[in-house]
Amino acid sequence: MQEILQYLFSGLTNGAIYAVIALGFSMLYSSTELINFAHGEFVMLGALCMVTLAVNLGFPLIPAFFLSICAVAAAGLLFERLAIRPVRHPEPIVLIIITVGASIFLRGVGMLIWGKDAHSMPPFSQHPPLDVAGARLLIQSIWILIIVAALTAALQMFYRRTLTGKAMTACAVSKKAAWIVGIPTKWMVMLAFGLSTGMGAVAGAIIAPITMSSYDMGTMLGLKGFCAAMLGGLGSLWGAILGGFLLGILEALGVGYISSGLKDATAFVLLLLVLYVRPQGIIGAGEVKRF
Amino acid sequence: MNDKAHKIAYAVFALAVILLGWQVDNQYYLQLMIFIGLNTLLALSLNMLMGYAGQISLGHAAFYGIGAYVTAILTTTYQVAPVLALPAAVGTAMLVAWIVGIPTLRLSGYYLGMGTLGFGMIVHIVLREWSSVTGGASGFVGIPPLEIGLVVFASGKNYFFLVWAVVLLCLIMCRRIIDSRVGRALRSIHDGEKAAAAVGVDTKKLKLQVFVFSAGMAALAGFLYAHLVYFISPGTFSFVASIRIVTMVVIGGMASIWGALLGASLLTLLPEWLHAFSEFEMVVYGLILMGVMIFLPRGLTRGVLDVYERYRKNHDR
Repeated sequence: MQEILQYLFSGLTNGAIYAVIALGFSMLYSSTELINFAHGEFVMLGALCMVTLAVNLGFPLIPAFFLSICAVAAAGLLFERLAIRPVRHPEPIVLIIITVGASIFLRGVGMLIWGKDAHSMPPFSQHPPLDVAGARLLIQSIWILIIVAALTAALQMFYRRTLTGKAMTACAVSKKAAWIVGIPTKWMVMLAFGLSTGMGAVAGAIIAPITMSSYDMGTMLGLKGFCAAMLGGLGSLWGAILGGFLLGILEALGVGYISSGLKDATAFVLLLLVLYVRPQGIIGAGEVKRF
Repeated sequence: MNDKAHKIAYAVFALAVILLGWQVDNQYYLQLMIFIGLNTLLALSLNMLMGYAGQISLGHAAFYGIGAYVTAILTTTYQVAPVLALPAAVGTAMLVAWIVGIPTLRLSGYYLGMGTLGFGMIVHIVLREWSSVTGGASGFVGIPPLEIGLVVFASGKNYFFLVWAVVLLCLIMCRRIIDSRVGRALRSIHDGEKAAAAVGVDTKKLKLQVFVFSAGMAALAGFLYAHLVYFISPGTFSFVASIRIVTMVVIGGMASIWGALLGASLLTLLPEWLHAFSEFEMVVYGLILMGVMIFLPRGLTRGVLDVYERYRKNHDR
């Protein structure tokens, strides 16, 4: 019981991170039909910005958090403007290679700025871990869950209650139709890029205290976030959240009961299963280009 | 190109290989050219799948790895002669491709990309974690050199000729397939799968066949790689490697046999040149990838032709 609870806690923490990364993938996909292979690198940038601002420059936590998100979102906008918009034939394969190129580029930039060493930072608040029925729950995990819950609520509000959010949903349904009714689709694409990369930065900033951040941390996180997005259903907000938590928990249980070496395999086995059995994801709707 | 032009192209190519192999004595350059040959095989195999049949694979390094590891395990752990290990290596990769291909090739577009990516990652993780058989993350040591009859392919020059002879054979084989009835059917899948099915092409079967064929060729490259370096580790067959193969195909030019050669040569040589940039290496590499794809999305062979044609059009006016 104590054991399973411990696995559950670590699964929830990782799951929350995957959920935020998956949200970034999903949002971008629904408004641009683009899968950004450089997304993990934006997570890395978020984490390393956070470390630099909070530890090296001594900023208080909250400004550091928001500043790093803004900085990474700005980088995301720049990426859209310089590398995605000039593409004349936006076929999947071309976009895949461009975003892969961007991920290599960003990793290189990360290495130039922060070096090859791993960086760490203290947790958001200094409390001893909680003891829940014999299992340890880190305070940082609670912070992560709170931030993810707040983020989800804010996004839900944004999509349901604001005009911009509704315009983005319209873009996701049909770009042409949205353009005809007067929605500036170009701005919506930029906004989607900013939000998506900003979301990546949030994921980076909240895990910086529980992991060592280095220039090459992004790739695996990105791929797993992607698996989570697929698992829940690409393009769906709740799907991303569900997929993230499901992946996190299954991974933690897999590590605990099968083998820690196969930790990374869980995500990809799930990905294949979903693709074979239900490519639209658990709660994803809409047709999937299968045939 | 007509038949005669092809024959001339092959002859020039063979002559160039013989001349290079004969004249170059520097071990470093020989090694580099052998790697270009191996990468050409990989790019060619993926080009059959991606360029001609239009099916994305982001996990092709898995078959490369299967080829290398099967021969490594057979020849080292079980002392099988390398010549006998070759059919086993290629056969295993083809069998795996067949099993994986049946469910995976039903997908298309991004979803197919993701399916193959997942498969590639799983193979990589298995190679890394199954340490009792594969040697795990630290790699597999002590693979014997390749012996065929009395000839031992150990020196740089021997291996150079072997690899490039295989490349030439594969080039001819792919060309023959593409120019055949099957090749036309393949290209029809690329242009429109439904339309191809409507005119009576068994798209499902054909896609699977080309996937299996392509896997076998990648495994052949893996076999040659293992007996070239005597030491293999899972890192060589990771996601990054798969992406590198895709990049070779796209940068060289999809649906072009010589494009595979060009892409493989460029992407093998590029890191060597980029060493001059030392820590800026990754940044420059990423920029080049993005730049080529933004400005010449159809690859260098097509891209340069396009630019030339546009220039001529403007000039004539």
